[in-house]
Amino acid sequence: MLTKRIIPCLDIKNGETVKGVNFVDLRSAGDPVELAKQYVIQGADELVFLDITATVEARKTLLHLVEKVAAAINIPFTVGGGISTIQDVDALLNAGADKVSINSSAVRNPDLIDELSKQFGVQCIVVAIDTKLEDDWKVYVKGGREATPIYTKQWAKEIQERGGGEILLTSMNHDGTKAGFALDITKWCTDNLSIPVIASGGAGNNQHFTEVFNIANADAALAASVFHFGEIKIPELFEIDTLKTKELKVI
Amino acid sequence: MNIAIIKYNAGNTKSVEHALHRLGIQPIITDDIEQIQNADKVIFPGVGHAETTMQHLKDKKLDILIKNLKQPVLGICLGQQLMCSHSEEGNVDCLNIFPVQVKKFQSTDNQFKIPQIGWNNLYNLKSPLFNNIDENSFVYFVHSYYCEQSEFTIATCDYIHPFSAGLQKDNFYATQFHPEKSADIGNIILGNFITI
Repeated sequence: MLTKRIIPCLDIKNGETVKGVNFVDLRSAGDPVELAKQYVIQGADELVFLDITATVEARKTLLHLVEKVAAAINIPFTVGGGISTIQDVDALLNAGADKVSINSSAVRNPDLIDELSKQFGVQCIVVAIDTKLEDDWKVYVKGGREATPIYTKQWAKEIQERGGGEILLTSMNHDGTKAGFALDITKWCTDNLSIPVIASGGAGNNQHFTEVFNIANADAALAASVFHFGEIKIPELFEIDTLKTKELKVI
Repeated sequence: MNIAIIKYNAGNTKSVEHALHRLGIQPIITDDIEQIQNADKVIFPGVGHAETTMQHLKDKKLDILIKNLKQPVLGICLGQQLMCSHSEEGNVDCLNIFPVQVKKFQSTDNQFKIPQIGWNNLYNLKSPLFNNIDENSFVYFVHSYYCEQSEFTIATCDYIHPFSAGLQKDNFYATQFHPEKSADIGNIILGNFITI
């Protein structure tokens, strides 16, 4: 049986992780490679690296980091942040990323989704949506700083039709609250889309993962600080029914 | 040990190269016919589109080369699919090493997402490729097309229905999943291929 995926997300700035971490045994808490290795040991299914810098110089640092991560870990990882051209994606995949995540650039230029999936295959194109509940769920861009008139449900359908391989759905209403994932919009997406949906924003305890998998039927769930600070321990999530069999994965 | 990874337009050669480095092997990544022929073992990785990739292989005359190799060959993901007889992806004739059809997953509702992305378990393991691998071990899949079950199936996986997660015929081995992305289990499988 295909298992649900648990995905830690690392925010990267100038080649270092931004949010603090308190893992023991790390040589440098800010070193994304060390942190990534730690997550592999814990049994994470995939990793996401989100680059929050945008300068040309920082992009080179990111590519170098991607190469180091690819050499060090043997599970899939996605890189997102500031990707807007075929050349950006080509460079990241060549450096060893398995997938890329695009967001604002896809809203600005939806044809980018078609172009990327045709060039690199649907399996490596993740389209991220930052969404906020207004009259209905609406799409935000630029890291959630800028509103758009676009409705999330309509945009999610369009992403699928254009060849997006997965949707990474972050609820801005829930992100950082630790009160649980946005079950309603996540469930709408999983019920109405044929591509996998990664839920993000709001994880605060193990029960929240059970809910987002069993009630909203998410294919994967992503979280950042609750993993970094050890508030949720990945091995404990294997107790969840839909994940239980994964214990067999780790020798 | 001289291992060649076949270089072509749609390969994820980097990941496979890294995985072999972790096993202490320095592979060569090449599309040179002589280098591939002289390798002890050959890995044929793949992420991409069947039709465009078959055309590329033909242009480079790699199609004839691969099917006539005598040393152990391991196809991965699209590599496995291209070693079959025909793929629905672009409706293209493939290398015909395995007389097996490659079909697209069909899901009647949204319960089963396509592509299948994530960790799924293997069963009915029957090949030296899976030495020391327990039944129901989990490995990483990313695919919208699958190889049908056949007498050459050496590992089965269920997604919507059973499909061939591994195939073997003579010196040709193949996996639908990505051993290079399947954590410790994947390392063991790649290690098994190296020692076959």
